[in-house]
Amino acid sequence: MRPIKILDTLACPLPLANVDTDQLIPARFMKEPRSIGYGQFLLHDLRHDESGNPQPTFILNHPEAAEAQVLVARRNFGGGSSREAAVYALVDHGFRCVIAPSFGDIFSSNAVNNGLLPATVSEEDAESLLEALGEAPGPLRVDLEAQRIDIGALSVDFTITPTWRTKLLNGWDDIDMTRQHQAEIARFAADYAHRHPWLEPPSDSATIISRG
Amino acid sequence: MPTTLFDKVWDAHEIHRSEDGNSLLWIDRHFVHEGSFHAFNKLRERSLPVARADLTFGVADHYVPTLTRSLDDIDDAKVRGMIDQLADNTREHGITLFGLDDPRQGIVHVLGPEQGLTLPGLLMVCGDSHTSTHGAFGSIAFGIGASEVAHVLATQTLWQSRPRQMRLTVEGTLAPGITAKDIALTWIARLGADGARGHAIEYTGSAIRGLSMEARLTLCNLSIEGGARCGMIAPDDTTLAYLKGRPWAPEGEALEQAVAYWQTLKSDDGARFDRDITLDATEIAPTVTWGVSPEEALPIDQCVPDPASLNDEGKVRQMRDSLAYMGLSPGQQLTDIAIDRVFIGSCTNARIEDLRAAAEVLHGRRSRVPGIVSPGSTQVKKQAEAEGLDAIFREAGLEWRESGCSMCVAMNGDLVPSGERCASTTNRNFKGRQGPGARTHLMSPAMVAAAAVAGHLADIREL
Ligand code: SF4
Repeated sequence: MRPIKILDTLACPLPLANVDTDQLIPARFMKEPRSIGYGQFLLHDLRHDESGNPQPTFILNHPEAAEAQVLVARRNFGGGSSREAAVYALVDHGFRCVIAPSFGDIFSSNAVNNGLLPATVSEEDAESLLEALGEAPGPLRVDLEAQRIDIGALSVDFTITPTWRTKLLNGWDDIDMTRQHQAEIARFAADYAHRHPWLEPPSDSATIISRG
Repeated sequence: MPTTLFDKVWDAHEIHRSEDGNSLLWIDRHFVHEGSFHAFNKLRERSLPVARADLTFGVADHYVPTLTRSLDDIDDAKVRGMIDQLADNTREHGITLFGLDDPRQGIVHVLGPEQGLTLPGLLMVCGDSHTSTHGAFGSIAFGIGASEVAHVLATQTLWQSRPRQMRLTVEGTLAPGITAKDIALTWIARLGADGARGHAIEYTGSAIRGLSMEARLTLCNLSIEGGARCGMIAPDDTTLAYLKGRPWAPEGEALEQAVAYWQTLKSDDGARFDRDITLDATEIAPTVTWGVSPEEALPIDQCVPDPASLNDEGKVRQMRDSLAYMGLSPGQQLTDIAIDRVFIGSCTNARIEDLRAAAEVLHGRRSRVPGIVSPGSTQVKKQAEAEGLDAIFREAGLEWRESGCSMCVAMNGDLVPSGERCASTTNRNFKGRQGPGARTHLMSPAMVAAAAVAGHLADIREL
């Protein structure tokens, strides 16, 4: 995973609350392999009208949106479904950070697992950032080490769970981290099975394997 | 020190705690479904095996057709591919699969409890946010993303930071016709769709203890709609009675050992919670959503709210946007909202009790609108047919289908046409959830049945 320290980039204002993961990527696109690039599906139904033509006023259709690495939104961003595809859509579009007053819990951990920084700011600060950006992408700087966002003369702090901050700063991957605990896991599993003998699944039900 | 139910279960699964407070947890049960292909691909990229195939279970539900049980009858090659891919991935790794044509097939959160895979005190995960459902048995159960699914497949463990804890107490007796769905929509409307963010909820109080297992599953299922990490209810006699004799549940001596442990699974007197919320059961009314978030819900005897009555500019904008999408005007009586179709299904409200409640209302009546009934599992379907419920739905003019996620998420092609309004027993009224441009009103199964009969949203108490 690519580490994040400082992002000096353009930020897109998305002044909406409750942008759930169904909106971030509508379910009908989730059959596609990741290799085709999920960026085209990001906020698809807000970005296009019913006949599939781009909505000219929607922020992601702004000529400079393709260069933006930061998205600024209102509260409860990424609530709802656990689909990691919502994060893939953001990442494949080029986003590396979302700033909002609150995030869906599962969305946040999915984000961190894909090197996307969920930066939590107060409601007032989110409003100030949105106001400063206005209606178009504008320059903004995110400093993960200092947990600070700067836009012109405006400077606001953001919060992030310390473990996640460490992971993002280093670009660490969980599977690698866990493998360092392999012996501990094996010991735990043996002891756990001993303490919960009733948890052993009955073997005969395990034999019926059907075809989908 | 007095501890909570949540802490007891968490502590029993903690393998390691890092300096910054992150816990490495042991996973007892892991469900995968069609959407888990990203995770299997990640394993493949790194050439990793599945650590504990015996603790992993595959379920075909999100993409399964509800008109047929035959893979060959699916016209959409991509949909067929999703179901096939799950079969291939589970076969390759030796994972038990409850596939399309399996008599035990069902929606993962209906199937788990039904098969006795869900038990008290477990730590359960699935790449699906409504995994919170399984907490109804007093287990910690939550949804995870594809990277975490890959991690669990590879290691049977997961890194998590301990959430804060919230106790939601509902005291008193629910009035007739008031269900777990109404309890959930009421608290979510009060606290907000992110009101319980970062928290594990324990539901308690006399009204909760009085709920059946099916109703508890509905309540815990909807925890995620209030933003909670998970929801749980301490196991009791109701729990035990439900799981006895289920295919994967312990029996005989093993059951006795298990019960002795399960009896310790409750919050001690004086255990500390970060938040305490109390609801009065007698004040809970039949509740419906009017907007595009589960928090936009009101008792059925109220009117569509007026943005002009709010003074927060952001909230005014949000409400205007919701009303525009839903095609509603402020001040309109909720019971005057005409509907185009109904859907009875999903992991929230398609268990046998839910179908019975809807059938009771529809018995001898006709639905004024078309609609689909999709049982939560193939077992539920069989049971409903044994009770003659299918005939009631058919005679009312509704379609009796096979089990799957169906119109809850519209992945299999069952969808609400754009601009149409659907009274639905599901869990999400998000924009486009039931299909692009679809308008969803969430409510209990009996309320959906009442709306079907009336042709508009209706108050079950007046029927
Ligand atoms: S029924 Fe709906 S909410 Fe439940 S698992 Fe299926 S898609 Fe998700």
